[in-house]
Amino acid sequence: MNPIELARARPGAPFTVTLDGRPVEALPGQTVAAALWAAGVTSWRSTRGAGRPRGVFCGIGVCFDCLVTVNGQANQRACLVPVRPGDVIVTQEGTGRDDD
Amino acid sequence: MTERPHLAVVGAGPAGLAGALAAAADGVRVTLLDAAEQAGGQFYRQPAAALGARRPQALHHQWRTWERLRDALDRHVGAGRVAHLADHHVWCVEGDSGAFTVYALRGPAQERGVAVSADAVLLATGGYERVLPFPGWTLPGVVTAGGAQAMLKGGLVLPGRTAVVAGTGPLLLPVATTLAAAGARVAALVESADPRALPRRAAALAAQPGKLAEGAWYAGQLLRHGVRTLTRHTVVEAHGTDRLEAVTVAALGRDGHPKTGGTRRIPCDTLAIGHGMLPHTDLAETLGCTLSGTDVRVDDEQRTDVPGVWAAGEATGIGGAALALAEGHIAGRSIAARLHGTAPDPRRWAAAARARTRSREFFAALDTLYSPPGGWPDLITDDTVVCRCEEITAGQVRTAVGTLGATDPRTVKLLTRAGMGWCQGRMCGPAVAGLAGCAFTPGRRPFARPVPLGVLAELPGQEPDGSAPAVADRH
Ligand SMILES: Cc1cc2nc3c(=O)[nH]c(=O)nc-3n(C[C@H](O)[C@H](O)[C@H](O)COP(=O)(O)OP(=O)(O)OC[C@H]3O[C@@H](n4cnc5c(N)ncnc54)[C@H](O)[C@@H]3O)c2cc1C
Ligand code: FES
Repeated sequence: MNPIELARARPGAPFTVTLDGRPVEALPGQTVAAALWAAGVTSWRSTRGAGRPRGVFCGIGVCFDCLVTVNGQANQRACLVPVRPGDVIVTQEGTGRDDD
Repeated sequence: MTERPHLAVVGAGPAGLAGALAAAADGVRVTLLDAAEQAGGQFYRQPAAALGARRPQALHHQWRTWERLRDALDRHVGAGRVAHLADHHVWCVEGDSGAFTVYALRGPAQERGVAVSADAVLLATGGYERVLPFPGWTLPGVVTAGGAQAMLKGGLVLPGRTAVVAGTGPLLLPVATTLAAAGARVAALVESADPRALPRRAAALAAQPGKLAEGAWYAGQLLRHGVRTLTRHTVVEAHGTDRLEAVTVAALGRDGHPKTGGTRRIPCDTLAIGHGMLPHTDLAETLGCTLSGTDVRVDDEQRTDVPGVWAAGEATGIGGAALALAEGHIAGRSIAARLHGTAPDPRRWAAAARARTRSREFFAALDTLYSPPGGWPDLITDDTVVCRCEEITAGQVRTAVGTLGATDPRTVKLLTRAGMGWCQGRMCGPAVAGLAGCAFTPGRRPFARPVPLGVLAELPGQEPDGSAPAVADRH
C-alpha cells in the first residue's frame, strides 16, 4: 500500500522538474515539498551558520525550515508552493542570495 | 444599511466553515479567506484536486460531517452568499467597531496584495504544533506529527518507509494510524504520558462516550497494523549525520526523567513528533484582542473583547475539530444577530453550547494528562540547536539565563537572537521559556506572515466608503 493507492488517486499526467539540474518527476497538485518527498529527497537547504541540511519540519508554512529556490526566486516555502511543469528547483545554501 | 452586512472569516477549517455557514444562513454576506487551496483546515485537509483522489475518506475521520460542510459551502458559494478566497494568506487585520480591512497576499509566491473590507471579523486561524527540542531534532526526517499528516493528506506522500511517532497528545493516534494505513511501517508510538491514568482522573470522560469509542478504535487500528505502543517513554535523541537513521527512546521514571538503563535504539528514517498544539493568535493580537494565557479570550458568544471581532476554534484554545465546529457555529449565529442589530438568542445554539462545554471539559482533562514530561529541559544538551532559524543552542540560552541574568524570553531573545529568525519564535518560544524557567507567552508579532515591501508600500490610506468593492486587487 502507498498513499496514492490508499486514496485511489488517479493523478493527472506526471511531469518533469529539475532539482539542481537533475530531472525529478512530479504530480500535478503536489507542492514542491511533496514532489521532493515522493522522489525520496528530504533535505534541500543548508543553514546559514553551520551549513546543516534541512527540509520539511512543520509541513504547514509556519517554521520556514523548507526554504528553497524555485525558478530563481530564493526562500520559497516548499511546503506551500505548488510544483509546476518545468520548475527549476535549486537547493539553497544559506540565505540563497549568495550569488546576488 | 442597504446592503447585506458583510463578515470576513479568516480560516476555512472546521471553526471557520461552521461560522461562515451559520452566518450565511442567517442573511450575512460572507468572505471566507484561507491560505490553503481548498477548504477544510487541518482536520479536513483534502488531497489537491489534480491528484484525482477517488477515496480521500481513507485518510479521514468523520467524513459525513465533512460532506455536509462541503456541500453547504458549495450551495452558499453558488448562491453568491459566500465568497471563498482560497490561497489568500492574511497578514494583518485592521480596524474596529464595524469597519475592518483584512489584508492578504496571494499567488504562489504570495507577492500580490489584496484588501477586503468587512463589518465584522471571525478569526478561525487554528493552531500549529509545539515541538520541544532534543538532540538531533533538526535532522531531515524529523517532522512534526501534524506536518507528516498534512503532507500525507494534502500531497499523498510519506517522508520515508519506517516511522516512529512520538511526543505527547491525542494527535499522535490519528497520525500513527494514518501513516500505517498509507504504507509506512510504524516501528513505535512513543507517548510520554500514561493514558491509562485518564479514566481514573477525569469525570469529564464519562460525558464523552464517543471519545472513548474513538480511543478504542485507534487502539484497534494500532494493533491491526502491529504498531508497538510505548507509554511513559520519550525520545531522548535522534541519530544520523545528514538524515535521520534511528532514535533512542527512554522509559520515564515518576519524576519525569529517564530511568537509568531504560533506553533502546529504534532504527527509522522518519520521526513524527509533537508535544501538543499552540493557537495562532497573531491577527487577534494586532487587533488588540486580549489573550488568556496562549488563547484568544472569548465570551459565551465567542466574542473577543474588541467590538466586531469574534474568534472560534483552536485560536481560542486547543480542543479538536468537534469543539471547533461548535464554537464556529455559535460565533456565526451571534455575528448574524449582532450585524442585523438584534440581540442573539442563545437558544438557537443550545446544542452547540452543550457540545462546547463537554469538549472543553474533556480537553481540560486531557491537558493535565498530556503535558510534556517535567524533566524535558534536562534532556537538551548544550550543543542542541533550540532556535532552528537562527541556530541558537541551548548552551547559548543557558548562558544568557545563568551568566548574563536574563529572566524572561524577551531578554534571552535580545541577548542571543533566539526567536528573531524567519518563524519569529513560533518554533522555539516554548523551549526558550522552559529553559529560562518561566511561563510561555506568545510573542507579539506585527504581521502574521512575512510581507513583501512592495505590498506594504502600495497600501492605500483609507478604503473609500460604501461604494468600495469588497475585494480590491492591489496589484
Ligand atoms: C498540521 C496539523 C495537522 C493536524 N491534523 C489533525 C488530524 O489529522 N486529526 C485531528 O484530529 N486533528 C488534527 N489536527 C488538529 C486540528 O488543529 C484540529 O482538530 C482542527 O482542525 C481545528 O480546527 P480549526 O478550525 O480551529 O483550525 P484549522 O483546522 O487549523 O483551520 C485553520 C485554517 O486557518 C487558516 N489560516 C490560519 N492562519 C491564516 C492566515 N493568516 N491567513 C489565511 N489563512 C489562515 C489555515 O490555512 C487553516 O486552514 C492537526 C493540527 C495541525 C497543526
Ligand atoms: S515545513 Fe515549515 S514552513 Fe514549510
